[in-house]
Amino acid sequence: MEKTESHAEHLHRDEKSAKMGMWLFLLTELLLFTGLFLMYSVYRYLNTADFHRAGLETHTLFGTVNTMVLLTSSLTMVLSIAAIQRGRKWLSVGFLSSTILLGLAFLVIKLFEWSLEINEGLFPGSQVLLSKPNGEILFFGLYYTMTGLHGLHVLAGMIVLIFMLVFMLRDKITKDDYIKLENAGLYWHLVDIIWIFLFPLFYLIN
Amino acid sequence: MSEITNQVRVGETKAHAEPISYGKYVLVWLGLIALTCTTAAVAGIDLAAFTLVAALLIAVTKASMVVNIFMHIKFEDKIFKVFLGIAGFTIFVIFTLTFMDVFFRR
Repeated sequence: MEKTESHAEHLHRDEKSAKMGMWLFLLTELLLFTGLFLMYSVYRYLNTADFHRAGLETHTLFGTVNTMVLLTSSLTMVLSIAAIQRGRKWLSVGFLSSTILLGLAFLVIKLFEWSLEINEGLFPGSQVLLSKPNGEILFFGLYYTMTGLHGLHVLAGMIVLIFMLVFMLRDKITKDDYIKLENAGLYWHLVDIIWIFLFPLFYLIN
Repeated sequence: MSEITNQVRVGETKAHAEPISYGKYVLVWLGLIALTCTTAAVAGIDLAAFTLVAALLIAVTKASMVVNIFMHIKFEDKIFKVFLGIAGFTIFVIFTLTFMDVFFRR
């Protein structure tokens, strides 16, 4: 009896539900960031001129390069899934590894960018920042909170993808069973989408 | 019983429908990169109030390309679109109500 049950379970791997669960989780993540975007919008509306002035101080080049890095990592992510769908394990492993490395590149660039800003004295609670008008202090508070929380998500995504890499190497993710990789990919894309909105709000104010 | 098995099978094949070609993904990526260059270039031009609107429109376009193609929503069952629609509507309501307060507070 037990044996047939486990056999049946194997047959009835419910991938649609797995994906649905993942999407519901992603929507909670979306609402988390919505709260921050809401705060940004209200404060920007109330401090338009200050946000403008503060926005000029972020480094557009860093932001643009990082956008490209993250978009490219999203491409390698889908290519990794496309490869495993066709049963090409090593190609898929290669694309997945590239995705993880691009995530790392994103964080390293972010590190340089933040170091530069911290050296300029632009960090929460610094004398330089506290001498500026309230709106600019708010801008940089939001900047560090939102890009910081996003950075943590990139880090979390990389850890999940490293697990996926191990699963793939151990043949736990295969041509016939790759829902784990798909769901990990969905998470990675969500992180990309959040960055797509952070980018114009913090870097493209001219 | 057999009906149930059948249904599950149908669901499974649907989840694994026709894989999208590598080329199509690369094309979408090229589009995303092009839009990023556009938005960065447009930001330098002074379009007054339209600057923010243009930047957000481009961001929404990019996000919908990622959601539809990379995240496969275009090819999923309707229920996934309903999920997203409800989430989008909720966010819209939250923003509208908050800004009603911000605009009309005395």
